[in-house]
Amino acid sequence: MSRWRGPGSTTPRRRRFRIGCLPLLGVIVAAVVLIAAIALRSRPLPQPERIAAAPQSSEVARLRSAASFASIGDPEARSLALFAEAGRVIMHSRCMNCHPRTDRPMQTDAMRPHIPLVSRGPDGGGDPTLRCSTCHHSANFEASGVPGNPKWKLAPIEMAWQGKSLGEICRQMLDPARSHMDRAALLHHMAEDELVGWAWHPGGSRTPAPGTQAEFGALIKAWLDSGARCPA
Amino acid sequence: MSYQLAVNGRIHRIDEDGQTPLLWVLRDTLHLTGTKYGCGIAQCGACTVHVDGQPMRSCSLPLEAVAGSQIVTIEAVAGPEADAVRAAWVKRDVPQCGFCQSGQIMSAVALLRVKREPRDDDIDHAMSGNICRCATYNRIRAAIHDAARTPSSGKTTA
Repeated sequence: MSRWRGPGSTTPRRRRFRIGCLPLLGVIVAAVVLIAAIALRSRPLPQPERIAAAPQSSEVARLRSAASFASIGDPEARSLALFAEAGRVIMHSRCMNCHPRTDRPMQTDAMRPHIPLVSRGPDGGGDPTLRCSTCHHSANFEASGVPGNPKWKLAPIEMAWQGKSLGEICRQMLDPARSHMDRAALLHHMAEDELVGWAWHPGGSRTPAPGTQAEFGALIKAWLDSGARCPA
Repeated sequence: MSYQLAVNGRIHRIDEDGQTPLLWVLRDTLHLTGTKYGCGIAQCGACTVHVDGQPMRSCSLPLEAVAGSQIVTIEAVAGPEADAVRAAWVKRDVPQCGFCQSGQIMSAVALLRVKREPRDDDIDHAMSGNICRCATYNRIRAAIHDAARTPSSGKTTA
């Protein structure tokens, strides 16, 4: 607690330490110069981080050749084995995403609903007010990562595959009422259709379907030739 | 390589790589900066322009794919639907930050040219590819309804 000192007090006043303006200004200027020197000192610019290219899983996801099934003597067992191998392509997200059971396509390897919200529309190419071609064009576009193909559209709802077993898909494929294809057209669709072929060249970081379209087509041909048996 | 590009009724000679996104040509070469860069991956709709009358995301459209097409940007979109949309946008004071609005307007005009009297779900579907981070969606929807009710907005334009 400080004591009040009246006019008659004999207690000597303590001298206060005084600093003049100029030294204070000098200190401030020195501090500013120091900060500026630190901030403006020459430093190496940050370099862009190098990110390794995404591994191409097509190199590891191979298909067995149709010829390799010739050793199975029983035609029914061979046909079932051929279709099971082809099923690795049929059930792949590159194919399933465009065979949705609703009007909304899926996307990504995780098969999540397409963003933005789009609908198949009257021809599978989107609603008249939001066509697939709003974003998807005739080829994959590297700059934006948006995939594309001249025939980009959904499979008809009668060809919905999602949520079905491989056996159910098999029977559906062989039913012209639902697939709209006879067996020759089915083979052409699988082996030569360019939109189906996109599944092996999806661009970006998308996982391609296993093997090649030619290997897949050979499996489908061998399966049809062996009686086109369907799994249960 | 050189491309001829018809933008807003004028022919331009563009010396760029064919894989250059149309958006960059519009903004950097032709200085038509009304069309905005939002995401660059065709997810937000800020870069929407009309190509031969169809709304398209210019960030995902290579230059070589649109040589020979008629491109219209926000700077020149015209016609009864565009007039009605513009008036409705002003009346409703739709924009907040405004960044997405040129894309929203281009999509709204394209919608009204296809559907004269869109219902709420027509609007929601047609505009679902246009994102607004200020969430002006209710005002956008109301303004499209207003524009649809404008007597002249239903007439087809060239």
